[in-house]
Amino acid sequence: MNFEDHEETHPLDNLILSERMPHIWCPGCGIGIVLNCYLRALIESNIDLNNVVVVSGIGCTGRIANYVALDSFHTTHGRAIPIAMGVKIVKPNLKVVVISGDGDLFAIGGNHFIHAARRNVDLLVICVNNFNYGMTGGQVGPTTPFQSVTTTTPYGNIEHPFNLPYLATAAGAVFVARWTIAQPFALIKTIKKALQKSGFSFIEVIAPCITLYARYNRLGGPSEVLKYLLQNSVIKNGIDPALVDIDKDKKIIVGEFIDRDRPELVKELYRIIKEQSGLELKSIVSGG
Amino acid sequence: MQGDEACAEGAIVAGCRVFAGYPITPSTEIAERLAIRLPQVGGVFIQMEDELSSIALIIGASYAGAKAMTATSGPGMSLFMENIGLAFMTETPIVIVNVMRGGPSTGQPTRASQGDVMQAKWGSHGDYEIIALSPFSVQEMFDLTIEAFNLAEKFRTPVVLLADEIVGHMREKVVIKLPEEVEIVNRKKPLSKESFLPFKPDEDLVPPMACFGEGFKIHVTGLTHDFSGFPSSVDPGVHWKLVKRLCDKIRLNSEKIIKIDERFMEDAEIIVVAYGAPARSSLRAVRIAREKGLKVGLCRLITLWPFPQRKFLEYAKHAKAFIVVEMNYGQIVREVERCVQGKPVFFLPKMGGDPHTPNEILNLIYEVNEDEF
Repeated sequence: MNFEDHEETHPLDNLILSERMPHIWCPGCGIGIVLNCYLRALIESNIDLNNVVVVSGIGCTGRIANYVALDSFHTTHGRAIPIAMGVKIVKPNLKVVVISGDGDLFAIGGNHFIHAARRNVDLLVICVNNFNYGMTGGQVGPTTPFQSVTTTTPYGNIEHPFNLPYLATAAGAVFVARWTIAQPFALIKTIKKALQKSGFSFIEVIAPCITLYARYNRLGGPSEVLKYLLQNSVIKNGIDPALVDIDKDKKIIVGEFIDRDRPELVKELYRIIKEQSGLELKSIVSGG
Repeated sequence: MQGDEACAEGAIVAGCRVFAGYPITPSTEIAERLAIRLPQVGGVFIQMEDELSSIALIIGASYAGAKAMTATSGPGMSLFMENIGLAFMTETPIVIVNVMRGGPSTGQPTRASQGDVMQAKWGSHGDYEIIALSPFSVQEMFDLTIEAFNLAEKFRTPVVLLADEIVGHMREKVVIKLPEEVEIVNRKKPLSKESFLPFKPDEDLVPPMACFGEGFKIHVTGLTHDFSGFPSSVDPGVHWKLVKRLCDKIRLNSEKIIKIDERFMEDAEIIVVAYGAPARSSLRAVRIAREKGLKVGLCRLITLWPFPQRKFLEYAKHAKAFIVVEMNYGQIVREVERCVQGKPVFFLPKMGGDPHTPNEILNLIYEVNEDEF
């Protein structure tokens, strides 16, 4: 085979900005897998890519917005969700997807997450849960498992992590799922499903930080972590999210937990506009 | 009509169709009015969980192509600071209303103050410039809200309407102009998608604004970025060039932005400097002083930021002394002192919520007039 004549393109070439490579993520990081699954789900869903907006916050996962050939907004720390809401309210035809990390979405941005879920605004939120603050060097976060070691819990984490699917469900999300980076095909399928859903959808992806969390907690390198995730995941679709908390000694329960319907915020806003103004709007158009 | 309500009506005439906010005295009436009015004109009102998300939402709305506004008072303004930086860095046109009350902290929710003037200019981190306008009547709450939108759209930058509780809650006659009776500015749009660089400025230093869903596939980030919009956060040259342009966009256009209301200034030897509610009693004091034959004038600042420093350099050539009247413990007076080349500046501060009386100002005018310079 003559390699010089051999031209092969990556299936995601037109969605990933190759001129922005190399990316900032560490070798073996799971964020690349999540990005890959997300983009494949977009392609397989046949969505007009001019109508997709990616909004992310700050942190390792927040950098996803930097590498995609889509409209994208890399926002302030924790504020991805309200900014995404602003975009969605003005142009409801856009598919607005928030992809960010556990610290961004559930520590500094936690209040916005629960309120957006309560309002049932039509957004898909994908949280890459790496169990720590990666970009700043591996500090404890709101999802760090009990007793884990991080740079700011050198004697073990004495706090308890959020059960994110339970939190999302209690706050009002209409679609809630969790996978790990060891189940990419299931993840693609779930993202596709969530993209079709009208309302606040939430997918947690477990992707332990290889460089920091996995090292401090003796989980091994990328392949050991993947093996660990595969061997310790149990698929339980439809299970009560109250039972899916993450603990070092417990199996990781994955699957699609919640799929339900409630009135959606943006549709309700446009219904009120129609009632009060008689205008049947497809988007918000500024006067003047 | 009440000042806060006039602000809401001005926003609608300016073309504002998205408002996000959080209840806070003394600005809540703006939100309440817009909750009724916006759906009537095809707009969206949404009450958010806090001020952090209120300003975030309008930044998203503006990048989707809508004119958007939020309103608050001091404590909420403090929470706006992070995303004022984001709006400045990403060149997002938004309007922020701060109906100032007594601070620091929870302070005096129902009393007036002008204590947030420096915060508006310096409160967010890093080097930035802000445009801030100060209304002194209900009519100006209406007019300057429109002006704030026009400036935000023209320069792609956050603009602050720095009102005070007195002007916000006062009731006066107001002429609601129709959209066709006022000048409305809309953001520049890119002419073509061919080799379009979303943050490459035109000669006026303002780049045309591509929005989400228009097919440009733009990337917007609060990180230091080049013309393409993509981050380049370690290159000193890129940062220098970006932040310099963002600041110069306001600094070099300051003559086009600045508005001052000058009264009895032709031969004035003593210049009273005031803005917002205290400018009302200052005007009364200056009128009485003129009746008594004193050469006193009033410089009422409509634009607080950028500060009209060139104008004050000119004043300093002829005036003998300046009197600065503010409802705080010394903010704009520092700017005046900086600009008047060592000419004497007398300061009449007031805190607690009561406006200055004309007599208080008049007494200082008499005192200053008797001084020999």
